Amino acid sequence: MNRLLVLFRRLEGPQTIGRGPAFWTMFALVLLVACAFPLLTDGYTVGNTVYFFVWVFIALSLCLIWGYGGSLSFGQTAFFGIAGYGYGILTLNFGAAYGFTLIALLLAVGIAALFAMLLGYFMFFGRIAGVFLGIVTLAVTLTLERFMAQTAGPEWHIGVARLNGFNGMSAMPPLTIPWSGGDIVLFADVGLYYLVLGLLVLVYLGLRVLMNSAFGNVIVAIRENPERAEMLGYDVRKYQLVTFVIGAALAALSGVLYTAWGQYITPSSMGMTAAALPLIWVAVGGRSDLTSTLIGTLLVLAVFQALTIYGSQYALVFMGALLVLTVLIAPGGLVLAVMNQLSRLATRRIQGK
Amino acid sequence: MALLELRRLNKHFGGLHVTNSVNLALETGEIHCLIGPNGAGKSTLFRLILGEYHPGSGDIYFAGENITALKSFARIHRGLSVKFQVPGVFKGLSARQNLEIALQSRHRGVALEQEIDRLLSFLGLEAEQGQTAGNLSHGQKQWLEIGMAISLKPRLLLLDEPTAGMSPEETHLTGEMVQRLNAEGMTVLAIEHDMAFVRQVARRVTVLHLGQVFAQGSIDQIIADERVAAIYLGQAHA
Repeated sequence: MNRLLVLFRRLEGPQTIGRGPAFWTMFALVLLVACAFPLLTDGYTVGNTVYFFVWVFIALSLCLIWGYGGSLSFGQTAFFGIAGYGYGILTLNFGAAYGFTLIALLLAVGIAALFAMLLGYFMFFGRIAGVFLGIVTLAVTLTLERFMAQTAGPEWHIGVARLNGFNGMSAMPPLTIPWSGGDIVLFADVGLYYLVLGLLVLVYLGLRVLMNSAFGNVIVAIRENPERAEMLGYDVRKYQLVTFVIGAALAALSGVLYTAWGQYITPSSMGMTAAALPLIWVAVGGRSDLTSTLIGTLLVLAVFQALTIYGSQYALVFMGALLVLTVLIAPGGLVLAVMNQLSRLATRRIQGK
Repeated sequence: MALLELRRLNKHFGGLHVTNSVNLALETGEIHCLIGPNGAGKSTLFRLILGEYHPGSGDIYFAGENITALKSFARIHRGLSVKFQVPGVFKGLSARQNLEIALQSRHRGVALEQEIDRLLSFLGLEAEQGQTAGNLSHGQKQWLEIGMAISLKPRLLLLDEPTAGMSPEETHLTGEMVQRLNAEGMTVLAIEHDMAFVRQVARRVTVLHLGQVFAQGSIDQIIADERVAAIYLGQAHA
């Protein structure tokens, strides 16, 4: 009971914006609207919103590693792809009966996390940091894309699952929950919406607790001054590795949910564009805070999709322009700047009274 | 018994012999100052003691244990602590959070908050606790970092130019702080250029020159030593 209370208290802290009744009332209202959303709109929009939600996990993973930890990683896309392919290979081979898709989800995330542990071990214990970390992780991502793209031949298969080169894998079963009255198949519709929304709330709150804990303190300290952190007795590389693996698991969760949502995964999901886009969402939102990252990602995704529908190729150019604009106007993130401005206005009003 | 002992410590950077067979023994409970002209190898010696550099040859003993192969964080766990030359605070975080990060592995919950308050008042930084550390004055940053270093309750405190950039009053206050810590049982090794500070605190002084121990003794002996005056004036080669 006492321990639970400590966890609750850590939902607020110096590492996360938003505290007090006003913030949590707003949070509850938004959550309420999100819960009622499928009742108010059509099936297509619900499925599309799930698509947006799916990407938030990879954005939060980047927020953790880059924003809080200070290491720019292009590797999130690689973990996304590994987990996506992992889910495909597992479910195409073993089917969806007895709730196996849920086990496949966990296994795929686990495989990606294991890969991240290996990669991270060599990077952090090899003292690779700063821009070189970005270069190594980008190289890993692009290598994976190139490798998967050349697996078109029939010799490239794992069990019955063909890798299919550039066309990618498809027709894996969606997530299925075993139920006494018959399995519940979570197509990209209301069912999947509530599952992903639930996961999102859990991950968001979980990360808030993590970042405001002693562990989060050390992560931020390493971003600010790794030498000082080490000289306070913290094994910096171990902390960096653990953060990297947690981030990789979150990116992997994105990958699995994406694959289960669309029932396909292709090598281009690990390409240059795919690796750059999450960076833009997170940078525009405000990488040093979970809430601004979450809001920013959803906003930019919605704008990007609208532009893709009406302006096709210009959408990517707009993304580039948006990134440049962010760096020039609000280097900490546009959404974060607006949030800070709002909270300043609010405190001024309270003090004025 | 010596708390810290350096035995024939060597460090090369390419052809540059920055630490040349240094022998140094630090007694438990003393305040020892390390002086010497720029480039004498003082900061390098600190980095060797802390494990940021690894010696080409020689050994480092701490409380009788050979720590030459230990990683930095492990040496901190043994009872070493440091304040760097350039204030190494967490600039983007509040002064309070800086101390929390230093203290959190020893204290938890209410005890942690109390300990932070106690340290803030010891450092005279209560009013600044909410400020971002990067916005503090130079002297306040120095004290904040000293606070972080001593919060670990080290057996040996390494201070690299603790009074650099401080006014004479601040320097004197820092000297008193060091003496108070020493009275509580902390052994101190300080690199310092400010002779007033050295005279105020040091029981023994070691002069480093060109990576070697050049002279050792009380402050009066060192000041009386003409050879020491000569190297400071750049005449050692003459």
